[in-house]
Amino acid sequence: MSGLVMPEPKADVLARRSQIIADLRAIVPGEGVIDTETEMRPFESDGVTAYRQLPLAVVLPSTTEQVSKVLAYAHANGIPVVPRGAGTSLSGGALPLADGILLGMGKFNRILDIDFANRSVVAQPGVTNLGITTAVAHEGFYYAPDPSSQIACTIGGNVGENSGGVHCLKYGLTTNNVLGVEMVLITGEIIRVGGKHLDSGGLDLLGLIVGSEGLLGVVTEVTVRILKKPETARAVLLGFPSSEAAGACVAAIIAAGIIPGGMEMMDRMMVHAAEAFLGAGYPLDVEALLIVELDGPEAEVNHLIDRVAEIGNGLGCMTLRASTSEEERVAFWAGRKAAFPAVGRISPDYLCMDGTIPRKALPEVLNRMEQMSEKYGLRCGNVFHAGDGNLHPLICYDANKPGELEKAEAFGADILLLCVEVGGVLTGEHGVGVEKRDLMPSMFDETDLAHQQRLKCAFDPDALLNPGKVFPVLHRCAELGRMHVSGGKLPFPDIPRF
Amino acid sequence: MSERLCPRDEADVVEAVRWAVSNERTLDVAGSGSKAALGRHIQTDVTLELKGLSGVTLYEPEELVLSARAGTPVAQIEALVADAKQMMAFEPMDFGPLLGLPAGGGTLGGLMACNLAGPRRPSAGAARDHALGIRAVSGRGEAFKAGGRVVKNVTGYDLPRGLAGSYGTFAAFTELTIKVLPRPETVETLLVLGLDDAAAASVMSGAVGSYYDVSGAAHVPADVAARIPVVAGAGRSVTALRLEGVKPSILHRRGKLEEMLRARGALSFLDADGSHAFWRAMRDVLPFALAEGGNVDTAKAVWRVSVAPMAGASIGAALREAGAMSFYDWTGGLVWIEMADAEPHTRRVREAVAQAGGGHATLIRASAPVRAAEEVFQPLDAITGALVKRMKSGFDPGRVLSPGRMYAGV
Repeated sequence: MSGLVMPEPKADVLARRSQIIADLRAIVPGEGVIDTETEMRPFESDGVTAYRQLPLAVVLPSTTEQVSKVLAYAHANGIPVVPRGAGTSLSGGALPLADGILLGMGKFNRILDIDFANRSVVAQPGVTNLGITTAVAHEGFYYAPDPSSQIACTIGGNVGENSGGVHCLKYGLTTNNVLGVEMVLITGEIIRVGGKHLDSGGLDLLGLIVGSEGLLGVVTEVTVRILKKPETARAVLLGFPSSEAAGACVAAIIAAGIIPGGMEMMDRMMVHAAEAFLGAGYPLDVEALLIVELDGPEAEVNHLIDRVAEIGNGLGCMTLRASTSEEERVAFWAGRKAAFPAVGRISPDYLCMDGTIPRKALPEVLNRMEQMSEKYGLRCGNVFHAGDGNLHPLICYDANKPGELEKAEAFGADILLLCVEVGGVLTGEHGVGVEKRDLMPSMFDETDLAHQQRLKCAFDPDALLNPGKVFPVLHRCAELGRMHVSGGKLPFPDIPRF
Repeated sequence: MSERLCPRDEADVVEAVRWAVSNERTLDVAGSGSKAALGRHIQTDVTLELKGLSGVTLYEPEELVLSARAGTPVAQIEALVADAKQMMAFEPMDFGPLLGLPAGGGTLGGLMACNLAGPRRPSAGAARDHALGIRAVSGRGEAFKAGGRVVKNVTGYDLPRGLAGSYGTFAAFTELTIKVLPRPETVETLLVLGLDDAAAASVMSGAVGSYYDVSGAAHVPADVAARIPVVAGAGRSVTALRLEGVKPSILHRRGKLEEMLRARGALSFLDADGSHAFWRAMRDVLPFALAEGGNVDTAKAVWRVSVAPMAGASIGAALREAGAMSFYDWTGGLVWIEMADAEPHTRRVREAVAQAGGGHATLIRASAPVRAAEEVFQPLDAITGALVKRMKSGFDPGRVLSPGRMYAGV
């Protein structure tokens, strides 16, 4: 792919490949070590299929002890390790390295404890996100974060990426729903952070671990909180003649003190794509469509639906339909949930971006994206987690046309830089990985990044865990450890003192 | 009292830390000093008092976001967001009354450095869950930022969350950005009277695990209830379930919960005013408050314990034998304990936590000599302890920022 530079593979590691594989087999026997090209092929990329690389070997441990031994071995022998869950990353977070072990956590697929009285579940990291909800649904409970890939993505991957979903304005991201982890450090040492209790009472290591993209350790067990599924959920479809009007409606709903369970916006192109794909019954004459879902006790939902309708009417919405049955609510969502495949139908390829912006900047960002679309000659549709400002522009291109992928990538980078320019961020829920790595300096200066890397150095001083991800330049820890403090030995600085 | 350095802006903070590093002096990182009696008792050369860095720098109610300099009074922020019918949903507790100080003395930086929370913690999170972005100065004398101003952000390590609860030992915050949320229109509290601790745990678990959005579940045994004016008249233990939101929803939920709980005990309820008073007492631990100006060194020791919700009652039972009084918040998982006297009985408390399946116990109120000698925070195991020391070396290699406030050597 265009211009992506990964760390230079270590020649000595590549030269020792057969010995390393033999040593790994001694730790994970049987089919737990994969080394043939054909069998390693399925692991060469994750959800970002434009990046591909065969690893040194694939290792599939099934116990924490094996993970510990593999990491201790990698640490002792200077071998990079790339952790992988289900491989659904949309930022290339699980992209293998030629000289690295790809550590697949798929065999950690058991739920260890379901505790309804304490509203928590302990799961191995390879359990799917939806698998947790499925395991507790019979008692009316669920696990709240719901990334679009929830049928396939794993809870371990969710911890690595701090995954979100459409309900996170009200129910939070992964980090707000994880209570504890067991994690293996690169040394092979095992730590436990948190549990079924709340908070740490002191330093919040869990807060640092969630969202660390596999650069700090390998999670081998996760404790999450589960919630009672809301008694009722109803959705309202509101169509507007402009994205400004739709944006004003979102702001007015929140200003009225209402935090919907989900609040999604689709632009004209996406509405048409979704409607052509599965006939969800969306109005085709609108410039922007809002889906607002209210959930909770029935009396509350009905009350709030009326208020949202009032707000929409007051702001000139052209279409207003409130769901009156569960089937209708699901139908309202079906088009939004099929947005990506719907675009796949009208364009041979697309890139899905993931910036977040202050919501009020939406009209400006949409206008400027339209100008960019003309400049690059590529179509771009938008779905938007409107409640929390998380924008998913879908850039349409054709990989078979020479240069078009590069154009799409440049368009995508411009969009993310625009998000930062208006006060937003490079990634809302997909992670930095390799995809946004080189854009990090647009948001953080050298000092900011050096402080983040010092955290990395405390966990993994030799930079063996997932190198080449997140940080554009990984400085050596010895260099980062030095102190450069200027300033004379004054009796006191020039600051008011008492 | 040691000398105080009072920076006016971030550049002054940088200069102060650089001075401390070059001169090998230590700084006690403080806001207004309202929580100086929390944590391990340490002696530093100078207090770095950040209350001069004050003022809200951004507040956009429709965007649910607020930024303010670290020394901004919490009370000022609470008043500002209340005007827009919003709140800090994590309901930060005020340590003033517990420590013999006036209420309302804390700063935003202190709130985040101590990761404050309140009765809404199980449903709405703690300060860490609402931290969006920070500016700070590390022990290297360098200003840095992390996070952003939007709710959904996974760009880089989550330092805003990770430094929440670090008590100033890694960096001094200079500006913080937090999420704010709409304030509920009204509140009521359903009370179940006369339950013992174990029965209360089961009632709270059932209520919080129901459809009826309980945003606070606390249990106060009779002896503690006698100290809370708004429920003292019950003459029995009180198990409280808070309902917040729009009026029609509260009526509906209250009706359903009454049906569910009628068989468990006598029911009563608190209106909005009564609810505010009761939950304020829970939040600020008013049953164990010290009179303003009271002496922390001679007061009864107070512990704050967090365990799995159903395990809380076992902590209360284990310590009652030693003459301690306890009450429970967070659906039973947060146990506030007032010991019989100034003696903290640390080993006994930590054993009870271990027996309950693990969690953490923090010695909140104790004399300075006790807080200098004892592990105030839950001790770290050897591997985690070494990891935390390496983190300290990264952020504060000269160990100038509140060294030892949390853990010896950090």
